[in-house]
Amino acid sequence: MKMPAPDEAVLARRDELIVALQAIVPGEGVITDDMELSVYESDGLTAYRQRPMAAVLPETVDQISRILQLCGEFGCKIVPRGAGTSLSGGALPVADGIVLGLGKFNRVLEIDYDNRCAVVQPGVTNLGITNAVSSNGFYYAPDPSSQIACSIGGNVAENAGGVHCLKYGLTANNVLGVELVLMNGDVMRLGGKHLDAEGYDLLGILTGSEGLLGIITEVTVRILKSPETARALLIGFPTIEAAGECVGSVINAGIIPGGMEMMDRYAIEAAEAFCHAGYPLDVEALLIVELDGPEVEVDYLIAEVERMATECGAVNVRASTSEEERMTFWAGRKAAFPAVGRLSPDYYCMDGTIPRYQLPVVLRRIAELSEHYGLRVANVFHAGDGNLHPLILYDANNPGELEKTEEFGAEILKLCVEVGGVLTGEHGVGVEKRDLMETMFDEDDLKHQQRVKCAFDPDSILNPGKMFPVLHRCAELGRVHVHQGQHRFPDIPRF
Amino acid sequence: MNDMIKPADQDQVREAVSWALAENKTFEVRGMGSKLTLGRPLADIPVLDLSEFSGVSLYEPGELVLTAGAGTPISEIENLLSENTQRLAFEPLDMAAVLGAQPGAGTLGGVIACNLAGPRRISAGAARDHILGVKGVSGRGEAFKSGGRVVKNVTGYDMSKLMTGAYGTLGALTEITLKVLPRPQKAWTVLLMGLDDATAIKALAQAAGSSHEVSGLAHLPEDAAARSGVSYVQSAGAAVTAIRVEGPGPSVEHRVASLRNELSAFGKLEELHSHNSAMLWREIRDVQLLPADDQLWRFSVTPSKAADVAQHMRREVPGIKTMYDWAGGLIWLSMPPREDAGHEIVRAAIRDVGGHAMLIRADAKVRGQVPVFQPQAKAVADLSRRIKEALDPHGIFNSGRMVEGL
Repeated sequence: MKMPAPDEAVLARRDELIVALQAIVPGEGVITDDMELSVYESDGLTAYRQRPMAAVLPETVDQISRILQLCGEFGCKIVPRGAGTSLSGGALPVADGIVLGLGKFNRVLEIDYDNRCAVVQPGVTNLGITNAVSSNGFYYAPDPSSQIACSIGGNVAENAGGVHCLKYGLTANNVLGVELVLMNGDVMRLGGKHLDAEGYDLLGILTGSEGLLGIITEVTVRILKSPETARALLIGFPTIEAAGECVGSVINAGIIPGGMEMMDRYAIEAAEAFCHAGYPLDVEALLIVELDGPEVEVDYLIAEVERMATECGAVNVRASTSEEERMTFWAGRKAAFPAVGRLSPDYYCMDGTIPRYQLPVVLRRIAELSEHYGLRVANVFHAGDGNLHPLILYDANNPGELEKTEEFGAEILKLCVEVGGVLTGEHGVGVEKRDLMETMFDEDDLKHQQRVKCAFDPDSILNPGKMFPVLHRCAELGRVHVHQGQHRFPDIPRF
Repeated sequence: MNDMIKPADQDQVREAVSWALAENKTFEVRGMGSKLTLGRPLADIPVLDLSEFSGVSLYEPGELVLTAGAGTPISEIENLLSENTQRLAFEPLDMAAVLGAQPGAGTLGGVIACNLAGPRRISAGAARDHILGVKGVSGRGEAFKSGGRVVKNVTGYDMSKLMTGAYGTLGALTEITLKVLPRPQKAWTVLLMGLDDATAIKALAQAAGSSHEVSGLAHLPEDAAARSGVSYVQSAGAAVTAIRVEGPGPSVEHRVASLRNELSAFGKLEELHSHNSAMLWREIRDVQLLPADDQLWRFSVTPSKAADVAQHMRREVPGIKTMYDWAGGLIWLSMPPREDAGHEIVRAAIRDVGGHAMLIRADAKVRGQVPVFQPQAKAVADLSRRIKEALDPHGIFNSGRMVEGL
């Protein structure tokens, strides 16, 4: 993984830049000490590290606007950072840039039950929103597994998903508005408490843009009343195919569960050893299906899914009969990453999406690759929407093993694309999948995306080295090629 | 009669754009032409007719995904989904009743270009929440694609959303992939009778904030209700507030009973079942309950402020008729024709409320003179122009349809 070569001229002006930043953010808001900076040198993708020139923790929108303009003048790159939980290196610093931490923007500004929304600052955690409204029986639906720590600003940047998104949508479907600061210092509001934009869907393009377009300083999210009840089914299958067939039956029957998760044998064993959730150990695939809604609906659908599971050859079916039991079913799945992590010094979490029917093929190929590379893999799967998380186990202390793991991971993602899927379902491209973008998009596709980037950030100051494998200058991207007299246009039917 | 160009494949679209770039021409992008009167009128320019891009190329019900050409009639897609007990959950409205077009006309591309969504917008989202991928040609004469064919995907910028609701000003879409969803077993509607607008909005907010997953929240003042073809609503002789509940049979019965109980303080309650319920929501979706010859505005506002906005409008303009959807978040408002379509009053009514308003129906002359779309704050308008410039620098596609020069 290569980052763009640092700009020596920018590095040389570090002291000058820091003085200027301190003039904007007084007190301890500008971090320059080497020890303190180490906190910011990595995110959730810990394999990569880079010390930034400084970390800045602004407290006001005006400060952010001025920091952006200042960095623009210096040509100093900016890496925005929420809680730093990105699994794709989205918040990995660059050597000739600063980290812009939004941690001090941590207040819930307004809860508006009449309009079923909450207005929060970007540093509020995902779970913090739910906690702020739970006393009234409301919650915020997207639930990435890092929800205790991850910030809503980061969720918007990455279009975060979670177990619930099959039924309740991704972040993009649950954000109503933002306040945004652009590189030119413009502060703007997109959306609000109303639905849909009055012009281009700028909120739509911003969500999932991985910090490359602007700095989010406020977010308005939709909140929902919690379902009356939720129950889960724990279903064991003798084969992956049978489990996949059951998932298909559920969806084909018109049922969209609140969550539908699959684990393979290795993941089941790891999770069971870690938290004793009572998972069956004699099965090849385990399915957790959660139904939520009024009790009468949940009981009805539980019975329906139970019947389908049996028809698909399930060898083990348990329905939760208490909230405690439901939580136990989930405990193993939610702890699957650390559970697998316990089996190995390091693990690498992948995130591709595939058309669901391709699952048996993909898992078979992953098993072959696992043998080829000599690295073990456990698979957890958001089964309803085809989002696969293979966890590759490795030991970074063994020379060359990280590189081998990366290669293996890339092979898995290429496989996802090959069978009709995509490189990332919810973790983002970041630095991790940047160099694989060309397996999914051709040069023109990527250039069109970069032209949108140019409309927001013409000098490529924001989060460089992420998402795009090749950086083009905006001036070069702006040229239009007019083919005078070369068009074969007269061939097209005209009326 | 202006030139009409009817490309049959993406290469021909590219050639058409190359020609336009070389000859300094611009295009009006068209599917079936059912919404030609929506937006600002365009000058007499060549038409880029995309109706050849027709047909469903991929439909996998179990994967909840459908891919079709942008020129595919939306009715064809809805029929196919219906045969498989699925649907477009965002409930695209058929603008025929409003725009005087052929009912059922319109293409998938048109639905996406206008980001159309019906009453279920409040629970299922709009077209922009269901688009998974697009293929198209930009104003640079280059083909591009975005997204994919799986329901969960964050690879690269979501260009598909940017294209949705852009009224064809950023590119010509040729192929569109959508998320589709199951059609529930049952749909019932709870009716509250005789509420004034402000009280009705409170009742709708209470239903929206319940755990009953309601999928329609509308309020019809008395004269709107009287236009309904559902005899029970038509003969109510009073305003009718409607709350839709969809899902598995036993669940709908339970939730309707619970809602009736929770809303009993608002007075008289009734229920509509299958056929009548469907008919009422179709009328609401397609705005069939307002005078057909008046100018028509569509407001998207902070839901709790809806009654205030309508009140403000009624105070300023005589002859106003309204109906509310999205728990008040969507107001359809008709007014007897005015040369300025009352646009300054409209903008003033929502200035402090948050939201936007679009002039949906008026003579071409009026639409050419007043801002049809909500004027934007300068920073947002500037950014929108830079995006237009990025994807269609020479203004080949539908330029001026939304805003002059965009």
